[in-house]
Amino acid sequence: MFRLTSVLGALVAGALLSGGAARADGSGSATIDAIKARGQLVCGVGGSVPGFALPDSQGVMRGLDADFCRAVAAATLGDATRVKFVPTTTTNRFTALQSGEVDLLVRTTTWTLGREANLGLLFAGVNYYDGTGFMVKKALGVKSAKELDGATICIQPGTSTELAVGDFFRVNKLKFTPILIADLPELRNAFLSGRCDAYSTDGSQLAGFRATQPNKDDLVLLPETISKEPLGMMVRKGDDKFFDLVRWTHFAELIAEEAGVTSRNIDSFADTKLPELRRLLGLEGDMGKALGVDNRFAYNVVKQVGNAGENWDRSMTALGVPRGINALWNKGGLQYAPPMR
Amino acid sequence: MRQSAVIRERPPAGSVGPVAWLRTHLFGSWWSTAVTLLLGYLLLRWGLGFVDWAVVNAIWSVPAGENGQPDATICRTAEPAGACWAVIGDKARFILFGRFPYESQWRPALCVAIFLALFGISASRRCWRRELLLIWTVALSAIGVLMWGGVLGLEFVPEDMWGGLPITLILATFGLAFAFPLSVLVALGRRATDLPAVKILCVLYVELIRGVPLVSLLFMASVMFPLFMPVGMNPDKLLRAQVAFILFAGAYLAEVVRGGLQALPKGQYEAADALGLSYWQKTGLIILPQALRLVIPPLVNTFIGFFKDTSLVLIIGILDLLTAGKVAMADPVWQGVGTEIYLFLGAIYFAFCFAMSKYSRRLERSFGRARNR
Repeated sequence: MFRLTSVLGALVAGALLSGGAARADGSGSATIDAIKARGQLVCGVGGSVPGFALPDSQGVMRGLDADFCRAVAAATLGDATRVKFVPTTTTNRFTALQSGEVDLLVRTTTWTLGREANLGLLFAGVNYYDGTGFMVKKALGVKSAKELDGATICIQPGTSTELAVGDFFRVNKLKFTPILIADLPELRNAFLSGRCDAYSTDGSQLAGFRATQPNKDDLVLLPETISKEPLGMMVRKGDDKFFDLVRWTHFAELIAEEAGVTSRNIDSFADTKLPELRRLLGLEGDMGKALGVDNRFAYNVVKQVGNAGENWDRSMTALGVPRGINALWNKGGLQYAPPMR
Repeated sequence: MRQSAVIRERPPAGSVGPVAWLRTHLFGSWWSTAVTLLLGYLLLRWGLGFVDWAVVNAIWSVPAGENGQPDATICRTAEPAGACWAVIGDKARFILFGRFPYESQWRPALCVAIFLALFGISASRRCWRRELLLIWTVALSAIGVLMWGGVLGLEFVPEDMWGGLPITLILATFGLAFAFPLSVLVALGRRATDLPAVKILCVLYVELIRGVPLVSLLFMASVMFPLFMPVGMNPDKLLRAQVAFILFAGAYLAEVVRGGLQALPKGQYEAADALGLSYWQKTGLIILPQALRLVIPPLVNTFIGFFKDTSLVLIIGILDLLTAGKVAMADPVWQGVGTEIYLFLGAIYFAFCFAMSKYSRRLERSFGRARNR
């Protein structure tokens, strides 16, 4: 089945590529040309994941993933509002991208070898470094996950958390009793009411959950992160130009943050002498043209959506999620952008 | 012999009236009394508890937080706990209309009103004429114009922005409106012994579709189908789901209709033949009117089932009423407040399903009157 879909995916990608090559005056990328012709970026998101992509009460998609879609729209079309958000589920997300239903998939998807090698898809970057963690009540007196021998642990069934927790306890030769509840509010209630000693899921979710609890000081996040979950944005294989554009949209957000350029102060840099900044703002060099878009693509991204830090604050700080390893490299995090030159 | 007329006496107070009804039905024997008292106690207790939760201790509005979002802390900390109806106030429009542009949401609201009016008109037997078809065409076109827009100065709204109640009503109405005629044809085809090819096709269709769960059909429509299509030729997700629904409902309804055809005495067919009616005259004038009348209860049963099955589109990422409610629940602002949204959704589904079942009973009675005369 997977082989079949990857073959089909490759066929689709091949068809796209040949279509792009036939057009001489285009950007050299079938996807970018299609987006420009349509006047709209079609972006696959989760649609029900707080902090990443969730419609607010007015129906407007909000979150880190949604803002990344807007950034790519700003880079490609110069207008961050020209995005069509397609909510996808964990089952149909890859097909949606393979079949060309969406141009780009930004859906809290963990970057793994299997996915990149088998699906005919590519990860263009990591917009969120996540990992499985544990939360306990302070009264339990546990300071480390290794002290959880014999504990009951609340987990959502069928998630990567379930596998990670099982592996962790087996490797450390500890025992635990899983309590599997699919419904998230019910799971959280089970933890709060004391049916299980610990609650395990992605660290970002734990932090967000803790932040909204009235008695947040009674809840402790254990220091261990027992699995790596780098969440990234995916494109189809075979359109390297579009891959470059998506990747450099992400880097542009990081470079802007590193240089202290925000959506509010970006116009005050109009007469800057710093070459790196002048290239970022499209004042010199042909950075955008090399990617097949306008030279001011990074300016549009930062001006209309924001730099990486602003996007984080808007979606994650509001949920009470600390930046941690998602900070810039020079602030103790993992986010590092190559130079724009 | 008695000379005067017998004075008719009232029956003793103990055998008629509400008191007697109570006595015979609820307090007939000692164990009946015990069960009545126990159930009465539990009902009262839970009922009062519910009223306390839903009305007395309920929180109807919450203050706005510092970032402009509502601050639902009081809902989580309130003691004693009460329903947080403020969440409905904040989320109702999202649940009902999904991601439809906020300032244009009068359009889907009007669509829902048109749907309700359409159902109301179609329900009355006096309106069952040819003009009804015209009314449906006009109403459905109006709904299309309102939802899509792009003409008459209305902003264009693509299908992926639609959501909530209109999606549920569209899927259910179009699904059943197309599935029903399809099912009648398939049921007739399955009984056409003198047309073996048609018969085999109908049997294959019914058995293949009925042999797989609706979920897998929806997956086929949303996951597999696009892979077989040329790039850029992607029929909309909603349309694909709608077609899957029509095919699925058609197969089930066909079996219901076939049941009605089989229940009809053979004499009816022979009598129609004896009158020299053609096949279509026979079917349209004699067979179907009687057969369909027989199967009203199972038909409505299937209709109600399908109305609720529309919520399965959540697995392919379409924002129907139930999905919109679940997405609304995922909002961290309202974390821990879910029961209220489920009750709200339940009330909407119940209203529609109960109306359908009431209507079917009325229809049965009015048809029954004609037959029992």
